[in-house]
Amino acid sequence: MRKCYINGVGCISAQGTFDTVFLEDSIVNDQDNVLTIQDPVYKNYIAPAAIRRMGKGVKAGIVASALAMQEAGVENVDAIITGTGMGCMEDSEKFLKAIIDNNESFLTPTSFIQSTHNTVAAQIALGIKCNGYNFTYVHSAVSFESSLLDAMMQIESGDAATILIGGIDETVEYTMSLFKLAGYIKNESDKPFKVLPATSKGVVYGEGATFFIVADRPQSSSYAQVLAIELLNSLEVHEVEIKLNHFLAANGFQISDIDAVVLGYNGDIEYDVYYQNIAENCLANTTQVYYKHLSGEYNTASAFGLWVAAKIIRTQEIPAIIKVNRVEKESYKTILLYNQYKGKDHSFTLISTCQNTE
Amino acid sequence: MEALQQELKEKIIKILNLEDISVEDINDNDPLFGAGLGLDSIDALELIVMLDKDYGIKLVDPKEGKAIFESVATMAKYISEKRTK
Repeated sequence: MRKCYINGVGCISAQGTFDTVFLEDSIVNDQDNVLTIQDPVYKNYIAPAAIRRMGKGVKAGIVASALAMQEAGVENVDAIITGTGMGCMEDSEKFLKAIIDNNESFLTPTSFIQSTHNTVAAQIALGIKCNGYNFTYVHSAVSFESSLLDAMMQIESGDAATILIGGIDETVEYTMSLFKLAGYIKNESDKPFKVLPATSKGVVYGEGATFFIVADRPQSSSYAQVLAIELLNSLEVHEVEIKLNHFLAANGFQISDIDAVVLGYNGDIEYDVYYQNIAENCLANTTQVYYKHLSGEYNTASAFGLWVAAKIIRTQEIPAIIKVNRVEKESYKTILLYNQYKGKDHSFTLISTCQNTE
Repeated sequence: MEALQQELKEKIIKILNLEDISVEDINDNDPLFGAGLGLDSIDALELIVMLDKDYGIKLVDPKEGKAIFESVATMAKYISEKRTK
């Protein structure tokens, strides 16, 4: 059975993750309920003629993918698989606003072309001239995990050896205002916005683009090996521990084998109990890590979580800013990730140090 | 005519999001496509919509476009002759 290795990563987020090693310059912003990405110099990566038509998600996705490919030392890939919960909202909003403002007339092509969910994967493919498999999953909070699962199956079946995967979501003003009205985003009166411990309903929203080169062979740049992933649509709080144990057992592991767990705490008092329940029980003696106080919550924030897990394995260090508890291990060889959003779209992902054996 | 040319330059920069270009960078007779500003077919569609929306001109024959969009000067001349608003 072919294995799946993470050979390169690239991350554009609310933190300076594109030009740092591992969160050394990160700060917690507890004053804003929508966190926006720190922009790299896009012109260093994208031709000026092309950049003028791109929304920020597309630009961030192209740069993050370029960073991952550069780190893995590849110029092209066999497949490009992305995940996005909301798609290219900036151009979607522009196009829809133009329909209303112009009474359904005078519709221009640019924002329509750029508004589709698969724009990022398509633009990357055009940029690197990749004619291979190109797919975008739009599965809410398991959009990125779906792309990872697909990539693992592509590698296992031998259909592709080197794959670019990524998760991209962008925030836009009008959609965020609707999310605030709906109570998805924390009220201004809840400031300062804390993720741990959660004290109010809703989340601090965010955006980002996180890409990985996954391949069937490890190399000197490899971060980790992806061992397994499982997606579950809907669970009750008490079922998470049962499903987690099933997931680990199915892959020959038990809780005591896990060196660290990366949890998707997002500060929503209604739903963080999903994490809290396993953190206080079966994972109480495991090193616990969280990240959404840095990235914000969005449908593909879990890709940022995988970036964190991969960095922990690479550096064998856990920055204080992401530690949940004081449990420490001599080494971090096997890391579990658990994520859910509003009690739906649960995912377990297991990664480890590279085991270069057949 | 000069005011219309100035207006067109401002609209072209705004509509086509030409971030690094200013009005002063566009000469009245510079080619808009190819070697000049380097616009492409998607830009042409944006300009056709702009003619309709802002000046009430519907381009029915796509072949006309090549001559009309040759430069700011040719656009301004065409608009001044055909505009309905």
